[in-house]
Amino acid sequence: MDFNRRALIDRLRWFALSALNYPIGFPVFLLHHRRMEKRLTAIIAAALFAVSPPHLLAKTISVDAGDGAQERLQEALILAEPGDVVQLGKGKFILTDGLSLDVNKVTVKGQGAQETVLDFTAQAGAGEGLLVTSDDVVLRDFAVENSKGDGIKSKGADRIVFHKLRVEWTGGPKETNGAYGIYPVESQDILIDSVIVRGASDAGIYVGQSRNIIVRSSIAYDNVAGIEIENSIDADVYDNIATRNTGGILIFDLPNLPQMGGRNVRVFENIVVNNMTPNFAPKGNIVASVPTGTGVMVMANRNVHIFDNVIGEHGTANVMIVAYPLKHTDPKYDPIPSAVAIWDNQHTRAGWAPEMPGGKQLAAAFGGNMPPIFWTGAGGPANAPVVGDKVMAISLGLTEALADPSSAQPAPLAISKTMPAALPVIILPKEMEAVVQ
Amino acid sequence: MRLLALTVLLLPVTASLSAQNSVSVSNAAIMTDGSPPKLSAFGFFDGAASRPSPGLIPYSLATPLFSDYSEKQRFIYLPKGAKISVGDGFGRVTFPVGTAIVKSFGYRDAQGKLKVIETRVLLNRANGWTALPYVWNADGSDADLRIGGQRSNVTFTLANGNTQQVSYAVPNKNQCKQCHSNAGQIEPIGPLLGNMRFPSPSDQQRFLAGVTSPKSPQIMPAWDDTKSATVAQRAQSYLYVNCAHCHRPAGSASNSGLFFDETAIGPAAQGIGKRPVAAGRGSGGFDFVIAPGKPEQSILLHRLESLDPGVAMPELGRASVHTEGADLLRQWIKEMG
Repeated sequence: MDFNRRALIDRLRWFALSALNYPIGFPVFLLHHRRMEKRLTAIIAAALFAVSPPHLLAKTISVDAGDGAQERLQEALILAEPGDVVQLGKGKFILTDGLSLDVNKVTVKGQGAQETVLDFTAQAGAGEGLLVTSDDVVLRDFAVENSKGDGIKSKGADRIVFHKLRVEWTGGPKETNGAYGIYPVESQDILIDSVIVRGASDAGIYVGQSRNIIVRSSIAYDNVAGIEIENSIDADVYDNIATRNTGGILIFDLPNLPQMGGRNVRVFENIVVNNMTPNFAPKGNIVASVPTGTGVMVMANRNVHIFDNVIGEHGTANVMIVAYPLKHTDPKYDPIPSAVAIWDNQHTRAGWAPEMPGGKQLAAAFGGNMPPIFWTGAGGPANAPVVGDKVMAISLGLTEALADPSSAQPAPLAISKTMPAALPVIILPKEMEAVVQ
Repeated sequence: MRLLALTVLLLPVTASLSAQNSVSVSNAAIMTDGSPPKLSAFGFFDGAASRPSPGLIPYSLATPLFSDYSEKQRFIYLPKGAKISVGDGFGRVTFPVGTAIVKSFGYRDAQGKLKVIETRVLLNRANGWTALPYVWNADGSDADLRIGGQRSNVTFTLANGNTQQVSYAVPNKNQCKQCHSNAGQIEPIGPLLGNMRFPSPSDQQRFLAGVTSPKSPQIMPAWDDTKSATVAQRAQSYLYVNCAHCHRPAGSASNSGLFFDETAIGPAAQGIGKRPVAAGRGSGGFDFVIAPGKPEQSILLHRLESLDPGVAMPELGRASVHTEGADLLRQWIKEMG
């Protein structure tokens, strides 16, 4: 054990409280894990403080808060030309409808995630706060509050950058909040960097049916799912903090969708702690089935590598690997997860209040606590995860995707000393990385 | 034969329109890039929404899109010598460059007089279709470009005599595209020959004169004509017209995997037994888009009958519930059980 577990828990708790209750003026803190300390400082600084470099080459269209904000801002977003910056002033923009951007190569830039607020409390129409449907767009330095549906959705928007944004339902966890905070879908090359999302009734940061994705240095809290990568291929999720959600980080694949076969996802160097908020997702949605107290959850994906994270304080499990648990009739869909590897994570307490079906009986069988890592057993031993973490990991022995949890035959998973070959590092076009440098 | 059948379905949609006038349509305004600030630049109307240019061909749709009970007047302008083609199935019409599709929306006042609020135009230019929204001025003599959209309160009377007030939304330019998007490009939605009806044989002849390689489209049943089609046929017409422009593989709701156009293969793609994906609270706590036999547990009806912007479907242009449409779908889902 290369760190003091109790001290780490205390500091993480303190961190969570400090960061969330006092988003300005967050004090320096120490963790025993020095790399994590450095990264955390960077995450907080980037998400909350940092000042953006000025854009010198583009035409700037300035829009200020105040009367007629809806029409003025929407017109600016329509009339912008490729290369332009739509610059939002300080203050609250009171919006009555969704906004949308459909021009390539436009930057929408506010004065900061605390200073420029797009307030959708009075929204009367549209399925999201801001919708982007064009390529090479940068969204940065503003906040979206209380949209009726999703916060910011981008669809078919390749090479999009989300940077230093805040998307928040300010009343905290509520079933009536919108589904997703930051929601790119059907896109290639996505960078989500230094955003903060709170209150989503589905997932705070949700990437769906996309390819080549980085989610990093971001904070997701008080959502049902903190960060979710769904039906997506090639993703790196790192340096994030997911806390006070129902589930911290979810890697899912669902049937009956145009893009299926989610795979090649790396989840590393994240802090995933204390995701114990009771599930408040509207029923019918797959995340409504996520047990309260879930750290990292993998459903029906392959090639998922989970390493170098701090994961703990989860009543159900720190890491769980499950099959798609519902009946489906999609012949092209594979409900069984495979080639999942878990190593070098630091675990704290888990499994004292497992919320999944059959959880209490399982916990009792293990002397009151579920082990921190479990796999349902779907697909049999050939699909068993490779586990290198120094904590107990079990298979529930449920080889069928739709098996009855009460028929579980738990057995320990062997700890492996060899890990699979590393998945490729996700590389985005350098123009995208340049935005956040 | 099918074309003959069409003539039987002629409907008097232009009864309220005044005698024809002599204003002529400007091909240059249609074709030139840019967005004229006044609708009059196109010459579609002679100083009033009720006075369309004789160059416009009026038509209606057997099954129209529901838009908050507004009354719509539809016209197509075909450039001289235009050749149009008709596709398979319901007969999607492909138009040449220079075509304009013009659609006015309004409500009748207590005296039964139609007050037109807005006119939307779709212009087929050399680089593709452009969509522009215009809002009529107070005296109804011309309409101004409203690229950012507009909301206004309108009051209208329902069939049962009740009045209703809604916040009527003129779409902004992007919202035009949201519905009219096919793989990111704008295209017309309404003109399916199998769904089009003309007020007079001469209008129909003017339209069909340009058709190359005539086809007999499948006739789309009128959603509200109980005599001509079954509940299922009418429900599918309704879903096609009201939902499929987004809910198709190249539409704005492609990511849902829920499709109401011809591409839907198998029950799940059409919502039967399909679970929600990104619905959020749109699910209403239900498991399936359509639960056969259980309309009260079907997400589709829940969203159709909601007025909450985070739940309501369609997402645009629906500030009121289309009770009659919802009743049809309810009956259809019930009969599946």
